[in-house]
Amino acid sequence: MPIANQTLDEILDLAAAHFKVPREKLSPDEDFFKALGIDSLQTLDLLTKLENHFRVELPDYELQGVSDFRTLAGKIQARL
Amino acid sequence: MEQFQGQTLSWDLKDGVVELALHREPANEIGSLTTEELERLVTALGVLNRKAHALIIYSTLKSGFSAGADLRELYRRIQQVGRAEVAKEVRSYLGRIHHVMNTIDSSPLTTIAAVHGVVFGGGFELALTCDLIIADKMARFCFPELRLGLIPGYGGIPRLKRDLGNSVVRDLLLTGRSFNATKAQQIGLVSQLVAEGEALRAARATAAQLAKFDRGTAIAAKKFIKPIPYQELQREIDIFCELFAQPAVEAGLKKFVESTDAQPYLP
Repeated sequence: MPIANQTLDEILDLAAAHFKVPREKLSPDEDFFKALGIDSLQTLDLLTKLENHFRVELPDYELQGVSDFRTLAGKIQARL
Repeated sequence: MEQFQGQTLSWDLKDGVVELALHREPANEIGSLTTEELERLVTALGVLNRKAHALIIYSTLKSGFSAGADLRELYRRIQQVGRAEVAKEVRSYLGRIHHVMNTIDSSPLTTIAAVHGVVFGGGFELALTCDLIIADKMARFCFPELRLGLIPGYGGIPRLKRDLGNSVVRDLLLTGRSFNATKAQQIGLVSQLVAEGEALRAARATAAQLAKFDRGTAIAAKKFIKPIPYQELQREIDIFCELFAQPAVEAGLKKFVESTDAQPYLP
């Protein structure tokens, strides 16, 4: 599904740029907390970045238990 | 006192503007020391109100404006003296913090919260005492208190009800979800939305504009359009204290303090 792949790519690009992690080190099924090395406040930053970029609202509780980029992309895709 | 350099906050009067900087690491949690220093500010406002026309509240920390009440300090206190004893202390503490919040809310100065990052719980409630909230795009607003079996205790709900529609208040309070600054502007909570890192600059520009108006007129206008909901604020203290007596609160605090979750503010 090309649109979903584009969303996933944009998330990976955005996360890599914001947290200054090499893009090639991030993969779709990776645990993003570990890959980005982020704490609770930085997780909120990521959420805000994603909401601003995709112009969506992502209620925090919908992201509970979500830890990989692919599932995150699916949550965003569902609100586009 | 025109200048103060405290451990958790500082203020300075310059060109008719009092700038209150919050700087308690890691995220301006409001504990006993911050409360004491806020009380010093409130005392100083008695004089500053005559020398200034505006008050700007901002944070120097990267993490944000404020993550709210210091829950770790509260949990430690319960471990030291027990929940029943702390429940007694809580009512007295709420009286003190409400005095601080009400004094800022009703100050004759035009007050501006310049916010970024986390604006949670008690930090959100502090911002709500201000006449204007100027937010950068990375600010997030949240009332996560229900996760602890509590309601916000620093006057947040009566002030939010005063300023916004009740359905928005219910959404924030009952879901505990966080709103970004764009959403906060759409619902009327944020008056100016600015680029990342620009909130303080925008607040200073706004404060400079306010200096052009007659002070007496500005004070009369503020008094007219910004009533203080004293009855509801008192009711909030009563409800908070009733809820605080429940065992769920200690369990909620324990879970939060011991959590290693990346989203510990969620239940």
